[in-house]
Amino acid sequence: MAGPKPALGAWQDPSAAPLVEIRNVTKTFGSHYAVDDVSLTIYPGEFFSLLGASGCGKTTLLRMLAGFERPDAGRLLIGGEDVTELPPYRRPVNMMFQSYALFPHLSVADNIAFGLRQEKLPRAEIRERVAAMLELVRMGDFAGRKPDQLSGGQRQRVALARSLVKQPKLLLLDEPLGALDRKLREHTQFELVNIQERLGITFVMVTHDQEEAMTMSTRMAVMNEGRIRQIGTPSEIYEFPSNRFVAGFIGAVNQFEGRVMEQRDDLLLVRSDVAGTELRVRTQQAVAPGTPVVVAVRPEKVLLTTEQPPPGDNSLSGSVEEIAYLGDVSIYHVRVPGGALVEAQLTNRARRAVAPLTWGDPAWIAWGADDAVALLE
Amino acid sequence: MRTRRPMLVFSLLAFGYAFLYAPIVSLIVFSFNESRLVTVWAGFSTKWYSALMHNEQLLGAAWVSLRIAVMNATLAVILGTLAGTALVRFGRFRGRSALALMIGAPLVMPDVILGLASLLLFVAMEQLIGWPTGRGMTTITIAHVTFSMAYVAVIVQSRLVRLDPSLEEAALDLGAWPWKVFFVITLPLIAPALAAGWLLAFTLSLDDLVIASFTSGPGASTLPMVVYSSVRLGVSPEINALATVLVLLVTIGIVIAGISMQRRAKHS
Amino acid sequence: MPSPSSSDRPQRGRRSLRQRLHLGRGTVAGIPLLWLGLFFGLPFLIIARISLSEVVIGLPPYSSLVDWTAAGLLEVRINFGNFLLLVQDSLYLDAFENSLRVAAVSTLLCLLLGYPMALGITRVREGLRVPLLMLVILPFWTSFLIRVYAWIGILKGNGLINNFLLWLGVIDQPLHLLHSDFAVYLGIVYAYLPFMVLPLYATLSKMDESLLEAAADLGCRPLCAFWRVTVPLSLPGIIAGSLLVFVPAVGEFVIPDLLGGPDTLMIGKVLWTEFFNNRDWPVAASVAVALLALLVVPVLLFERFREKEQT
Repeated sequence: MAGPKPALGAWQDPSAAPLVEIRNVTKTFGSHYAVDDVSLTIYPGEFFSLLGASGCGKTTLLRMLAGFERPDAGRLLIGGEDVTELPPYRRPVNMMFQSYALFPHLSVADNIAFGLRQEKLPRAEIRERVAAMLELVRMGDFAGRKPDQLSGGQRQRVALARSLVKQPKLLLLDEPLGALDRKLREHTQFELVNIQERLGITFVMVTHDQEEAMTMSTRMAVMNEGRIRQIGTPSEIYEFPSNRFVAGFIGAVNQFEGRVMEQRDDLLLVRSDVAGTELRVRTQQAVAPGTPVVVAVRPEKVLLTTEQPPPGDNSLSGSVEEIAYLGDVSIYHVRVPGGALVEAQLTNRARRAVAPLTWGDPAWIAWGADDAVALLE
Repeated sequence: MRTRRPMLVFSLLAFGYAFLYAPIVSLIVFSFNESRLVTVWAGFSTKWYSALMHNEQLLGAAWVSLRIAVMNATLAVILGTLAGTALVRFGRFRGRSALALMIGAPLVMPDVILGLASLLLFVAMEQLIGWPTGRGMTTITIAHVTFSMAYVAVIVQSRLVRLDPSLEEAALDLGAWPWKVFFVITLPLIAPALAAGWLLAFTLSLDDLVIASFTSGPGASTLPMVVYSSVRLGVSPEINALATVLVLLVTIGIVIAGISMQRRAKHS
Repeated sequence: MPSPSSSDRPQRGRRSLRQRLHLGRGTVAGIPLLWLGLFFGLPFLIIARISLSEVVIGLPPYSSLVDWTAAGLLEVRINFGNFLLLVQDSLYLDAFENSLRVAAVSTLLCLLLGYPMALGITRVREGLRVPLLMLVILPFWTSFLIRVYAWIGILKGNGLINNFLLWLGVIDQPLHLLHSDFAVYLGIVYAYLPFMVLPLYATLSKMDESLLEAAADLGCRPLCAFWRVTVPLSLPGIIAGSLLVFVPAVGEFVIPDLLGGPDTLMIGKVLWTEFFNNRDWPVAASVAVALLALLVVPVLLFERFREKEQT
């Protein structure tokens, strides 16, 4: 049914026709801007995540795509058709609810058949498609059960089957794994991606779990206070955050405030008082001297040594203040003379009981100009 | 530490139940009394039950009451469900606060006011548009529906509030039209509340004396009206027998409802 | 109206769909609104109007406010006499005062008996709670009139209590129990007790047991925990239950009529007498208006409370 996953993302193909276009959509509840002038384009076959803390507007945006909320301003297009005014039962879109919303008075099979019955399809076809869906989510043995006789994971699969059976152009998922325990969640993540790739249906998922978004999505949008702060592939967002919010929201990050001293081609020299030195960071943008800037570097990119490293882009000396042993990695907090507390993450390759560094030890930290990003906002 | 107070609480609890049931038990016991004096035991007899079975006036009134109660309960469930749905699911709309007030007020409004208000309306309407002509079962039913639909609306409201709204959204999302969502999803899920509402409206109507007295006309005496006029004249063992029959019917009804509810709970 | 351009057409089709949705919702909300407006709202205007009329002999037995006189003059006659009567004749003022007192005392008694009952039901083991609650509701499902009637047999001169006390030899002459204020209090508490217990149980059963443990842990003895934790947290139930008892009790008719004495004046009974015995509709209407004015605050209080509970 589905072709092989394109090597090139559809969003990079200039000739690709978008499936979903969100154009300057705004939604207010009273005086609160739930969604504030959001524009977004999603292409066929994508697994797109809306990521953000609770109350950031991601669910409102999803509910507007489903048709449960009406935007105050802006348009929504699906497959080129303006659906802004369409009620939910007229949209080529289905949704998987956070609570699953399985009809408690209907059996598993009747729940899945519900959408098809609304289209008044022939009985034989309904039976066939329901059976196929039950097969897909491995629930064939439970067709006659009522929802409250199922486990959480089984309910989740029935909800998925029910929302997929109409073969929507677009499937909306509201925290689809939120109600599952950790172990089941990791397993289900892969299963969900697998099904999405097999059916070739475009998924838009809302989640507050960055790990979930990173593992599952082709692209994601990070939202805060009703606005999209960055759109990109998981690695783009992790490695090249475009602003301080995104850098801080996804993973851990060391941030050094400073001012641009000069720019030599793509190399930026930044004077940072908290770092106590001059930092070098590679950037593509042209930045005027004197501009305030934040140099951000991930803990796992920071090299920690007991001896002074060979001269390079950035190296600072300090003393170890805290050590956290997490099993696979250890996290060190190093106080540098400028006052900043720098986090460095080291993989524990060798098995040893005693760490080579301990509290109060002098240490060096270093990273390359390519390993950090300069954030202007 | 927590031994003495529960004793006090439990003895008050026991006293409360004794207080609630002692009069009912005494009613039942003296319905089997041989003597006409309700409170002096003179031997076992069921003669008051056979007298009850032959009391044409009482039986006629019971039949009138029953018909009014069924009509009332059915109309009240329809109107109350509409009102409850509007109040819970429609968000803010024009007339919402008026509707909420008119649902809330009959719950505490004294009967005499409701009765007088309804009667004066019917009289004024008859003068103006010629309907309703005279008063009787129709006017009693209308007055009963007006206050008992409020009880139904409250029951439906509290059930709907607890119902996950995404169930209805899911049905819309799967392509069902709003009216179909209501009949296929909402209605089956709130059916127990509707049954409870119907029974409550039925009982309220069967039980009402004051409103019926105001809005009734010649030839339409309800059971409470007949019981009231007989009680005013003094105690009568026949009324005891009637009370026993009513208590028995209600107990059977409640036990059946309880068992079916337990079955439902066990089923799921 | 500007004529729609061709690109507007599909737009219009969709809008009519939205309109149909609006129409559907309008019908759902409109039908009960219309019913209640006609049969519950409008009558109050009529009561107000009739309370300003004079009593006449005829059908309907009240004068009209507006008349065309023979001279072609529009004559408006508003009669405040009924309300003056309410203030001047001590019968009505006494009845109002009496009703308020009886209702307030009965509410308090209901609370004193109902609170331990509701609390007791929350303290028994899980499986017993629903049956016990059912037992509180069950009398409510049997006839109100008959439950009041039961007390006649118990309280009257040769009733159960008097016979029992005579048999014991505690008294040698029957006590005057029936047709007294005492009997009215008893009847109201008895009839309205379920309305007090149910809302109290609803709030008490929602309370977190660990709050009491926390209070004990912080050095509060059981009685102190009851006063400072349980009672304040059950205040919504106390208010709801009290209003459910107090408001209808003020206008109660059956209980004072059957159990009260000739000097037990209650406003519901006065209204009934004015209407049925004296056939004075205007005075009955003005008594109703005054009673409503008296109850407007508690009714609105109850309504606001209910709205808050719903959200």
